Amino acid sequence: MPMQTREKNQLMTYEEIERTLQRLAHEIVEKTNGAGKVALIGIRRRGVPLARRIARMIEASSGVKLPIGILDITLYRDDLSLVADHPIVQSTDINFPVDDKILILVDDVLYTGRTVRAALNGLFDHGRPRAIQLCVLIDRGHRELPIEATYAGRKVQTTDLEIIEVRLSEIDHEERVMLIERVP
Amino acid sequence: MTLRFRHLLALEPLLREDIAFLLDQSKPFQEIQRNPLKKLATLRGKTVALLFFESSTRTRISFSTAAARLGADTMNLQAEASSVKKGESLLDTVRTLDAMKPDVIVMRHSASGAPQFVAERLKIPVINAGDGVHEHPTQGLLDALTIRDRIGHLDGLNVTIIGDIQHSRVARSDIYALARFGCRITLCGPAMWLPRECEQMAPGIRLVPRIEEALRDAQVLIVLRVQTERLLEPGLPLDEYIRLYQMTPGRLAQAQPGALLLHPGPMIRGLEIDPAVADGPQSCILEQVTNGVAVRMALLYLMAGGTPGSGGPGTD
Repeated sequence: MPMQTREKNQLMTYEEIERTLQRLAHEIVEKTNGAGKVALIGIRRRGVPLARRIARMIEASSGVKLPIGILDITLYRDDLSLVADHPIVQSTDINFPVDDKILILVDDVLYTGRTVRAALNGLFDHGRPRAIQLCVLIDRGHRELPIEATYAGRKVQTTDLEIIEVRLSEIDHEERVMLIERVP
Repeated sequence: MTLRFRHLLALEPLLREDIAFLLDQSKPFQEIQRNPLKKLATLRGKTVALLFFESSTRTRISFSTAAARLGADTMNLQAEASSVKKGESLLDTVRTLDAMKPDVIVMRHSASGAPQFVAERLKIPVINAGDGVHEHPTQGLLDALTIRDRIGHLDGLNVTIIGDIQHSRVARSDIYALARFGCRITLCGPAMWLPRECEQMAPGIRLVPRIEEALRDAQVLIVLRVQTERLLEPGLPLDEYIRLYQMTPGRLAQAQPGALLLHPGPMIRGLEIDPAVADGPQSCILEQVTNGVAVRMALLYLMAGGTPGSGGPGTD
């Protein structure tokens, strides 16, 4: 069922995304006392390139090389019983022990909180981390669960009819954040 | 890509892309086997009916492990303990089970085509867990996955299958799966188990009764279980089969260096396979078992999501 949408405005440019990620990288180092025990977990899909970029920035500024994992949350979704064709499962790749680590989940947009809930369940299958934190580029509100970001790039007021599209060069071959509106 | 069929009754009608899709979808489930905690809640509230009208230990446990790891409940029927013995018809038995509202049926039966018969009459997806001398599609998939993992691809491999080809549903499913990737398949065994019709199963199949010739250039060897009850048929004494066809270290050395050795189990050491081969570095037998759970998890995950009529064009 094709949905009618139109681009409303641009929320972030390439430069703004870069600067915001830099700030998030600094906050992570500051809040975790040098990021010594930190590992980043990118949530598929767009959390993965964001986690990689943050790791690069932390390495450049602090010399700490953080382990990066990739988490696919498909199998942990709470709406699978509602869909006829189950979505394709992608690989999860966390090839380091998570026990005693400070895991930072990285995603592009925080919305209802359900993706993060699923990601938390997924992480617990890999062990018992010391702590789990959440880092997002955009927090757009409308939470349906008691979940908050530890590090948020930008908070944006949105309505239910709006969609935030984070486009990243690694996946989308362009780089910006757009506010899209569904046309009823 | 999504699943293009509602039932998995056979690999024969599937396209290369269907099989590749199922193998790709098995990968995340292989990873889950390596997690400290292997249990998911993905199929919580779903029920998988395991209907085994023919005895099976490995396949049944594999399916039931796959269901458990996805958080699904199982409903078990084993023919020995059921009303089948009291003379109930197959259709009445499965209708009764169906009335208990499972979401997927996994079925093994000694009659070829029985899962298809059931699939045509019920509204829920049916997975064939082996029917008579027809097919054993999940075994074909797990064998293909095991080979692909070890070698890195399936394209154009030389595969030799040794044993009772005529009565082997494993051989049939393996052939259909591997032929889609252009594997060159050689079938080897006593002439009485090597019917000419086998040549028609896929392009380029060779029937080679002499094992020395069948082993030459082989990159993958699939040794089939010898059903000893079949050897009682006149024609071939047991010790003769062992002398002519047993997979020994010497014979393994005649294949390509590092050739893979697969066996669907249960194997009889000292009959179709020498213990030194079964336990050697080229043996993939235990990987096959592990991969079997992953393949079956992927199938249950994909198939339990369907609602009646949602599957589009398919094999049913």
